[in-house]
Amino acid sequence: MVEPAGKNRSVEGRVWIALVAALALLAVIPGAIGNRFYAHVLVLILLYASMAQSWNILGGYCGQVSFGHSVFFGIGAYGAGMAMVKYGTVPWPGVIIGAILAAAVSAVISWPCFKLRGHYFAIATFAIVEIFGRLFLVWDWIGGALGLDYPIMDDSWKYFLWSSDKTGYYAGALVLFVLVFGVVRRMERTRLGYYMRAVREGQETAESLGVNSSLVKLMAMALSAFFAALCGAFFAQYNYRVDPPMVVSLDMSMKFVLITILGGMGTFWGPLLGAAVLIPLQEYTRTYLASLGPGVDQMIYGLLIIFMMMRQPRGIMGFIGEFSGKAGKTAKKGGDDNAAS
Amino acid sequence: MPLLEVQGLTMKFGSLAANKDVSFTVGEGQIVGLIGPNGSGKTTLFNCVSGMYRPTAGRVTFLGADITGQPMYKIARMGLTRTFQVVRPLSDMTVLENVMVGAYLHCSDSDRAMETAERCIELCFLEEWRDRPAGAMTIGNKKRLEVARALATQPKLILLDESVAGLTSTEVKEMVSVIVKLKEEGKTILMVEHIMEAIMPISDKVVVLSGGVKIAEGPPGEISRNEDVIRAYLGEKYSKRVAMANAETEART
Repeated sequence: MVEPAGKNRSVEGRVWIALVAALALLAVIPGAIGNRFYAHVLVLILLYASMAQSWNILGGYCGQVSFGHSVFFGIGAYGAGMAMVKYGTVPWPGVIIGAILAAAVSAVISWPCFKLRGHYFAIATFAIVEIFGRLFLVWDWIGGALGLDYPIMDDSWKYFLWSSDKTGYYAGALVLFVLVFGVVRRMERTRLGYYMRAVREGQETAESLGVNSSLVKLMAMALSAFFAALCGAFFAQYNYRVDPPMVVSLDMSMKFVLITILGGMGTFWGPLLGAAVLIPLQEYTRTYLASLGPGVDQMIYGLLIIFMMMRQPRGIMGFIGEFSGKAGKTAKKGGDDNAAS
Repeated sequence: MPLLEVQGLTMKFGSLAANKDVSFTVGEGQIVGLIGPNGSGKTTLFNCVSGMYRPTAGRVTFLGADITGQPMYKIARMGLTRTFQVVRPLSDMTVLENVMVGAYLHCSDSDRAMETAERCIELCFLEEWRDRPAGAMTIGNKKRLEVARALATQPKLILLDESVAGLTSTEVKEMVSVIVKLKEEGKTILMVEHIMEAIMPISDKVVVLSGGVKIAEGPPGEISRNEDVIRAYLGEKYSKRVAMANAETEART
């Protein structure tokens, strides 16, 4: 999707501000959120949209498809979990340490992985999920296979825990959402944002223009992992617990990828649109079609993705572009860039 | 001191030597043409100078510093930027965004990068296409985009790899006037060109490659009279034509 020029961007800016304002209003209207099923769905949409946007930084904007993001998500979740359960304190230091650690781990593992191009990078990230999944399972210090169960606590912002009502989680998810989306929106107009897209569109071309592509990919990776870890911390707080298969799994990694692909890779709105479609689908099928057995939601998920890939590889944003008549002018991705000189 | 100095450059792919002991210099403010028949090693030489390949032997000196085998992005940062013969637009980005990637090299401020980019777009006659996706343009525009993008990095030396090849005659004229404008701006240009007619009138010096070896170097007037060049380059065409004509007359009789 070609990034719209100045005028479209200011329209986009207004949509963004209006959206945030509307979402914020929901949190302050008494009883609008409460403890209902739809509140749960809303929280998950904001969380998964933030996760997908984190992934989008590396996978969409920078073009490096990673199946390893559940590792960073897990590190963040364990950061919060360890602070709460092991050290019996507030989750916040754990959140920060977890996010920084995730960024550091991502930098260390991506250094060798970025030497691999395209599909080989993606395959290498698969292996990383397996390695870290095992590590979390056997590491007793962090609770091993049993994981970490949160103690019973009073509702409070201090511990970021609520049991009687979801308004707090909703507000927290909104803050996370605004943070991740806000940073990406700023990033789009910075040198790093341009360099990331240049690396995606043609690594050698970018290098011929003075771009250190390895460094750009590394920065995209670290930023992406940092935000994924913040999302993981939220996830642990929301579930009152964390164990290895819950966070570090290919299943979880795929959510990062699929939501973004469905919504539109490398676009600002894609991750939100993807989450807004997939999460209600997942939650409602889980609730209402549970009698058909486990995994029904996954099957519908899969069918939707297959349909999307066949019909519009650019995701929902591609459809929107088609309808507004802009996508027709957009060049086919890759095109001449793959030609050797 | 010349701006660029290539000394004894050799590039081998297995047992095939694409460049053998090539030496030449490019002085500041000059337009130097690098010509030769197909497969004579022009693009390989470019790739070695710009850092895409690490030469098997030899030395490349730019601004007095040894840049042999340095990564391409570092060489670009020093002020040596290249274009590609097979155009490589960043397809999903607009023309302006393409050029901005180049402009960001020497400033991180987006507004200033945009100013630089706009100037380069104007210089290369691309204003009309500013907000169009780069992948959807004609080849002539894409070739000029290559130049605009390289120019935005504010290079001291710009390497143009067959910027004129494959263009219509109108497009060739546009490109040549872009190159002349660059020279007026004080840029030093090293250009590879397959078409001799395009390069002769504008270059100060011409280097001729044949079979990976430098066979001549000098001002264009001298080069076009050089016997070796005529045999290796122009002669190839004519000798074929003569042979064909002879074969035809033989067949008739």
